[in-house]
Amino acid sequence: MTAAIVIGITNGAFIALIALGYTLVYGIIELINFAHGDLFMLGTFVCLTTLTLLGFSTEVGVSGTPWWALILAILAAMAFCGGLNVLAERVAYRPLRRAPRLAPLISAIGVSFIFLNIGLFWQGPTPRRFPDLLPQYDFISQFLGLHTLVRFTFKDLFVLSLAIPLMLGLAWVIQNTRMGKAMRAVAQDSEMALQMGIDVNRVIAFTFLLGGVLAGAASLMYGLYNNNTVFTLGFAAGLKAFTAAVLGGIGNVSGAALGGFVLGLLASLTVTYFGGQWENVGVFSLLVIILVFRPTGLLGQVQGDRA
Amino acid sequence: MNRSNLGWWYTATGAARERRLWGTAGAIGLALAFPLINRWLGLGWEAKLIPIALFIILALGLNVVVGFAGLLDLGYAAFFAIGAYTVAFLTSPVSPFAFVREGHPVNFFLAMLISAAVAAGFGVLLGAPTLRLRGDYLAIVTLGFGEIVPLVVKNTPDITKGTQGMNPIGYPEIPGIVFALDPVPWYYLIVAVLLVSVLITSRLRTARIGRAWAAMREDEVAAASMGINLVTTKLFAFSLGASFSGFAGSIWASYLQVIAPEQFDFSVSIFVLCMIILGGLGNIGGVIAGGVLLGGVDRILFDWVSGIVHGIGAAINNQDLQFMDVSRSRQMIFGIALVFMMLVRPEGLFPSARRKAELHAAEEGEVVAAQERAVLVEIDE
Repeated sequence: MTAAIVIGITNGAFIALIALGYTLVYGIIELINFAHGDLFMLGTFVCLTTLTLLGFSTEVGVSGTPWWALILAILAAMAFCGGLNVLAERVAYRPLRRAPRLAPLISAIGVSFIFLNIGLFWQGPTPRRFPDLLPQYDFISQFLGLHTLVRFTFKDLFVLSLAIPLMLGLAWVIQNTRMGKAMRAVAQDSEMALQMGIDVNRVIAFTFLLGGVLAGAASLMYGLYNNNTVFTLGFAAGLKAFTAAVLGGIGNVSGAALGGFVLGLLASLTVTYFGGQWENVGVFSLLVIILVFRPTGLLGQVQGDRA
Repeated sequence: MNRSNLGWWYTATGAARERRLWGTAGAIGLALAFPLINRWLGLGWEAKLIPIALFIILALGLNVVVGFAGLLDLGYAAFFAIGAYTVAFLTSPVSPFAFVREGHPVNFFLAMLISAAVAAGFGVLLGAPTLRLRGDYLAIVTLGFGEIVPLVVKNTPDITKGTQGMNPIGYPEIPGIVFALDPVPWYYLIVAVLLVSVLITSRLRTARIGRAWAAMREDEVAAASMGINLVTTKLFAFSLGASFSGFAGSIWASYLQVIAPEQFDFSVSIFVLCMIILGGLGNIGGVIAGGVLLGGVDRILFDWVSGIVHGIGAAINNQDLQFMDVSRSRQMIFGIALVFMMLVRPEGLFPSARRKAELHAAEEGEVVAAQERAVLVEIDE
């Protein structure tokens, strides 16, 4: 149980980072960015390729952790995912901004298929091992001298100590910068924001950039934590993150972070009590249940005809 | 016979009506004569045309939900799976029902109707609580449902045989016709179901409920204030679409003789959605054309291109080309097709005039005028 909670919180951290990408985009242009999960999948491939190029391929037992390589890999993934997300917005969503709602959604499904196929061509159909570069260190057995099933490893610490500052940083950007203020204005009323002299297209592009950067950061954490990746990863990861975003109240940034952790816990408890094969059934059932009974999520506001 | 009784093709006048009459007759004639043509030319396409025709039935059903009623359903394959498994439960010797296992399978045609009803029932079950949701939320709920169904099938091997799949499944029984060996009776069975589906959906489109769907799709608030009950109208579209899918699923199960959860994953839902978007949402002729086009690309063109690529590979002794799997770029092609269609021709290749006007109204900046024109066009046709 406690073991499941630790795993759940750590998994929740990268689910939350991906969920932020959904919620940011939805908050601004009310589009479910279907391709976001596959963007994350491509991010894990960028990390893998970068690490392989730097000489840290799949062999286990590299002495010490090559921090500089990890930093390069995460920067590469953040730049790649951010850039690709902005590109997708420019090509596939921006021209449809005034089209009926379903048009950009269908376009996003198309983009997700394109990303999926790029992943397939890039790394092939079989799961790829991700180099295990972090120290194998378990704080509970090392510090407390307890030998239980509960483990809080260096990997857990790594994920949390990277994810939480990123989330706080995002909150700071949205609350305190000029661009963040513009984002909030566009989210409230894009027509009005435009008339106030805000470059709406730039703000939207910036939002996609932020979402992509967070997904890129999450992809390195995922790779180092789970030590594998596969081209079909994006679909399930994306749906989990979307569920988290809806759980927290879509469009609500702190809601997405909260939703990510709650969902991570729920998924790992499902695995503990019902077995791994029921994990996704649990997640999707939760999604259906929330949408039916509380479509505004935990922290969302009731909005007239929106829900 | 008066005009309104004969539905859509009698509402056309003059030359348009004549064209449509000949077009319909020609298409039916070609479909019926196909096995003969196939034998003369030695194409060997029966086995490829059966799945294409079956997927067109699916597309016609999804078109009711997405094209007519404007509800985006991304989990359509779930109902296909429900239909297939219902018929397997009722006719297969590995069924979980004792009476079926002990040698009393249900007649296939009865099982087919039951599976359509069961699928429709699940449609109501899923639709009743979720149809209040706005369009893109509904899309996600249906997507979730589409994922849950194959997962549950996979995880309950005691009932559904899990990933191993259910096999064999009962054949249709018509005296004097053997379904087990020959694809031709299957072809005629599926074409017959297809024609009935076309008839039903085309009649519904211009019926009272069809006009209610169109009104609701264009403006829910206005439709509700004109006295349309949104919940029952949506629910009817949703469950009717599900029953088409269940029907098609039952035929598919019996035709393949083995069903497993992987056959009903997300890519099936998207494939059918691509058909109707490519062909033209809401337009029955367009949906069929889209189905023929995509099905042809998927089942015939890919094989053909693979053959050519492998041939070139063998000729120039290139291992990569010789063993390249062209169908691996399936998703890429579908993805590009979806994005491209949305950007360039959101109404599809063969749109209905009304849908086209709706989709282009905003960019012309004259919504009302365009809709009025569309109504006029529809009456003219």
